[in-house]
This record gives sequence, structure tokens and C-alpha cells, in this order.
Amino acid sequence: MRIIRYREALREAMVEEMERDADVFLMGEEVGHYQGAYKVSEGLLERFGERRVIDTPIAEAGFAGVGVGAAMVGLRPIIEFMTWNFSFVAFDQIVSNAAKIHSMSGGAIRCPIVFRGPNGAAKQVAAQHSHTVEALYTHFPGLYVVAPSTPRDAKGLLKASIRDENPVIFLEGETLYGVKGEVADEGVDEVVPIGKGRVAREGDGCTVITWGRPYYTVMEAAERLAADGIELDVIDPRTLRPLDEELMLASVRKTNRCVVVHEHWPYGGPGAQIVDVIQREAFDYLDAPVLRVAGLDVPMPYASNLEDLVLPTVDRVVEAVRRVSYLGA
Amino acid sequence: MTLDSEELFNLYRRMLLIRRFEEEAARAYAQSHAGGFLHLYIGQEAIAVGASAAMAESDYVFQTYRDHGIALARGMAPGAAMAELFGKDTGCSRGMGGSMHFFDVEHGFYGGWGIVGGHLALAAGTAFKSRYRGDGAVTICFFGEGATNIGGFHEAFSLAGLWKLPVVFICENNRYAMGTPLSRTSPLTDLTLKAQGYGMAADGFVGSDVSVVKERVATAVKRARDGEGPTFIEIQTYRFRGHSMSDPAKYRSREELEERKKDDPLAVTRAQLEAAGAEVARFDEIEEAVEREVAAAVEFAHDSPPALEQTMLDTVLVKGQS
Repeated sequence: MRIIRYREALREAMVEEMERDADVFLMGEEVGHYQGAYKVSEGLLERFGERRVIDTPIAEAGFAGVGVGAAMVGLRPIIEFMTWNFSFVAFDQIVSNAAKIHSMSGGAIRCPIVFRGPNGAAKQVAAQHSHTVEALYTHFPGLYVVAPSTPRDAKGLLKASIRDENPVIFLEGETLYGVKGEVADEGVDEVVPIGKGRVAREGDGCTVITWGRPYYTVMEAAERLAADGIELDVIDPRTLRPLDEELMLASVRKTNRCVVVHEHWPYGGPGAQIVDVIQREAFDYLDAPVLRVAGLDVPMPYASNLEDLVLPTVDRVVEAVRRVSYLGA
Repeated sequence: MTLDSEELFNLYRRMLLIRRFEEEAARAYAQSHAGGFLHLYIGQEAIAVGASAAMAESDYVFQTYRDHGIALARGMAPGAAMAELFGKDTGCSRGMGGSMHFFDVEHGFYGGWGIVGGHLALAAGTAFKSRYRGDGAVTICFFGEGATNIGGFHEAFSLAGLWKLPVVFICENNRYAMGTPLSRTSPLTDLTLKAQGYGMAADGFVGSDVSVVKERVATAVKRARDGEGPTFIEIQTYRFRGHSMSDPAKYRSREELEERKKDDPLAVTRAQLEAAGAEVARFDEIEEAVEREVAAAVEFAHDSPPALEQTMLDTVLVKGQS
């Protein structure tokens, strides 16, 4: 094992898959000469050349569609959105074309493509640049949605996503790019399968299901709660569609309590979907209603003090866990 | 006439097949054997058949939801096409697509797309693949003049022009975007002017003569295959039916329609063949053969099993990966 950053893990995954398969290419804004808006693709242009590391004009609908078309006839595109906020102008390409072509053609055509980029709020970038998009993209049958929290999962899941025969929505995080963590040694081809979650911390006090940036908030809350004698069982689903329902249910059957922590808005989305699965499949095991700690139901404000109110915090996680444990604040 | 008579007879026969197929499709729709939307190509046949004749078998084709014509022109079996309209398992998309979403990978036909402007970038994508692999294939992408205002058109043109992709964009200008005439959707009367903004070659002509279509499209296909970049072709045409089966087409006059019908591509080609000495009996033979072929397609569609639930469930995602 080595310690590397999340962005380096992503870069390694792309380099290794591009070395392995000549049909894999990277396309997006500033991915080449600029070395990536967030430096994820740093060095790739020098390594693979302009044929496979392709800078585009600012035309998300255009290059997302080019990727889908290329995937339909056998290439394996990695389409980088500078941020997922900009995917909305390419929405039709993702939901009407990529997600539908296999079904609509009666199974005749496949679309092995990865759409990737940073998801969620960064810091004070306000309403248009702070979207957490998993509630949108998990809605559509025909797409996989992946959201790795750690460098190890980022690398392993990106490799799996590139190799998969389906369109994959790959959600990174601007605030995660600098996170350090253990990743398999060079030369070890560690692939994390799509659809498999991970137990991030074991405990019997309360199940907390979380992913993305809130994962780190939860891990911090777990330390604080442990000091009070409450041991969290933290489940990171890693893939948001399909969900690893069995892993989450096994945990809830053990702890009898559950809190779901996510950055996306509370209306619908994987957060609500997880609650639905748990109440339906583990109703008799629950000692308390399932609670959610979510982003507040407002467009993201610019002011730092207000942004802090919107995003899930350690305090809010601790409070929710204590509530489902019927403990006072 | 640049084509020899035998080739012209073949193209005429293919146009007639499309015409008779669609007349039967309309009948099947009226009898509720086919449902959903049904957009007929009647009146525009010379474009699909002429362009198809200008392509190689290994080339790629994209079309809008008005897709029966090009599918048959490329060689799709009429039975598979009719069975798709009937929602049958033997349909070209196994009953999953319907009229708007025909697919036939074997003949390079990549759909059948329902969102205006949404498939132009896909065509740039298959062209991108051809350049990436250097396989020499060309992509032809059809769309209506109604698509020339939407963002998908401009972004696909931006990238295709910038990267000089081997693609030919063919705008079938049938004068009406559903019910709205071009004069109310564009300040331009000559849409080929748009190509200039993307550094793209352009051509424009009337599309009632299948020989002319073949020759002009072939020039653009060669340009693409030779690595000289994309071409935007605007072909003037006219649909004799409404936008779809639910459209009585009250936005245009009977006189206008009758005037346009004088340019019926079937009549134009037949007149050319007759002028070159073709006998009436030859046309009767073709008519009879085509009618038999279409009748067989209808019978095949009727007799086929319905679409399968298992197909629906198995084609959401490719299973057994990663």
C-alpha cells in the first residue's frame, strides 16, 4: 500500500486503463494543454498525445454527444465535465441518448462511456456551481452512478467504470481531490466492482450510511460519538445505482438504528431511496425512525456562514445519531 | 441523366418500396396495429434512396424519428420494419423502439432518434471514431430544417467543423417544422449559409431527382472520406402527409400541396425512365413485386410473437460486467 491523493488515484486509473486499452480516450475542457482544471489529467497529454487526450471547446452537449456516438461504435470514452454543474447543458445526451440506446435498440447497441468530474459544493462558489447531482442521475434506469469517497475506491471504481459496457456517471469531489489515502501498490490491478458497498467503520450502536464529502464528516462524528460510548457502523455504498442493499440491511439488522447522511437536497434521491429500502426490508429490526442529515433545501448561498448552515456538519450527524438512540443532546 | 437505366430502375424500385411500405404503415396505424407516433416520409423518398446509393456499406447513418425511408433504403428487411411498428419481437428493435427508433447495425443504420437536434452530436461521434481508428468510414446524418435552430445542431457543427470529422450533415428541408414554416423560424432562406460559421463546406439543391441526390451527396461523401472535413447539405423537399398521423396539415393550402406533388420523386424518375425508352410493363412488374413484398411484410408482422418482457428487462443495462 502507498499513500496518494484522490486526484492522483484517478489519474493512475486513467493512465493504466489507457495503457491497457487503445480504445480508451479522455475528452473535455482543459484536460490536455491546461493539464486539467483540477489537475486530475496532469501529464496525460504528454504521455498519450492529442489523439487520445482531447481538448474541446466549451460545448458540453456537443462533446458529451460525440462521446456517446463514439461509444456506440466501440470506443471507450472518458468524458470529463469540468464540474457536474455543467452537465446540465448536456443532460439530453446523457438521459435521452446514453441511458436509452441499449434498451431502445432492443439490446443491439452498447454505450460503454464514463462521464466524470467533481460533484457537490466546493467553497463559496454559490448557487450555480454547487450542485450535488446524484439525485438526478440515479433516477434514470440505464445509468450506473458511482461516488467514491476514498482514493482507493476512486482508483478501483474508475477502472471498473472504464471497463464496464454501460454508461457510468462517476462523481468525484473538488474538496476530495486533495484527500490522501491508501491505494494498492503500483503494478497491482485493484478493481472495485460497481454495486458493492464497503463497511468503513464497524460498530453496533447505529448504522450511518454516507458517501462523498459527508463521508469525512461522518468519520469525524464517529470519533466524537465513540468518546460517548456510541460506536457507529459506517456504510459507504460507493455505488449509488445500483445500491448494495444487502450490505446496508445487514448493518441495520445489527444496530437497529439508521441515519443517512448526504449532501444532496432532501427531496428524493438516493438518500430517500435508502430510507425506503430500509423501512421496507428491515422494518421489524428498527428501534427508531430512520433519519436523514441532508443539504438544506435551498439554493446554495455565497456567504460562508450560510454555506456552513447548508452542508451536513459533525454536529448535525451527532444530533441525529443521538435522536435515533433516544439520548438527549 | 448520369445513371444508367438499370441503376435508375433499382433506385426507383427502392423509392416505391418506401412509398408502398408507408402507405401500409398508415393503414396499420388506422387499424390500431401500430401505435404511438408515426411520421411518414412520403414525398421525400429520393433523398434517402439517393444518399444511400452514394454511401459505402460500412458507412454509418443517423436519422430523426422520420426514419422508415432511410432504414429501407439501407436495406432493412421490410418485415423487420413492419414488425417493429406492430410492436413485435421480430421487429428491428425487438419492439422496444417503435416507428421513431428503428435500428439496424448490420446495415450501418444507427437510428431512429426522437429529440430534435439530439442525434447530430452522435453522428459526429461515430465520425470521430472513424478518424480515431482511421477506418475510412463516413457518417451521414439527416435532420429537418426545424433542427437548425437548436443548440444540438450548433455544438455538433462546432466540433465536426473544428476537428474536420468525416461526416455529411443533410438537412431535409421540407418547409415545415411540424406546423411552422421556415419563414417564421429563420431569418435565412438559404440555410447553407450557416455552414460558413463552422468552417464547413456547403451545398444546396432540390431533392426530387434521385440521380441528382446521389451525385451531390457522393461529392460530399468523397470529401469526408478524403479527410477534407464535413459538408452541410440542404436539400429542398416536401412531405405529402402531415407531420405525424395526428396532423391534418391545415397550415398549408391544398393548392400548395398539389403544386408540390408535381415534383413527386417517383413521378420524376419514372418520367426519366420513360423518356429513355422504358416500357410500361416494366413499371407494372416493379409495382406488383413491391406490393407483394410489402404484403409479405404485413403478414410477417401480424404473424410474429409480441415483444418480450424479458427483452425489456434484459436491455436496461448490459449485465455481468466489472
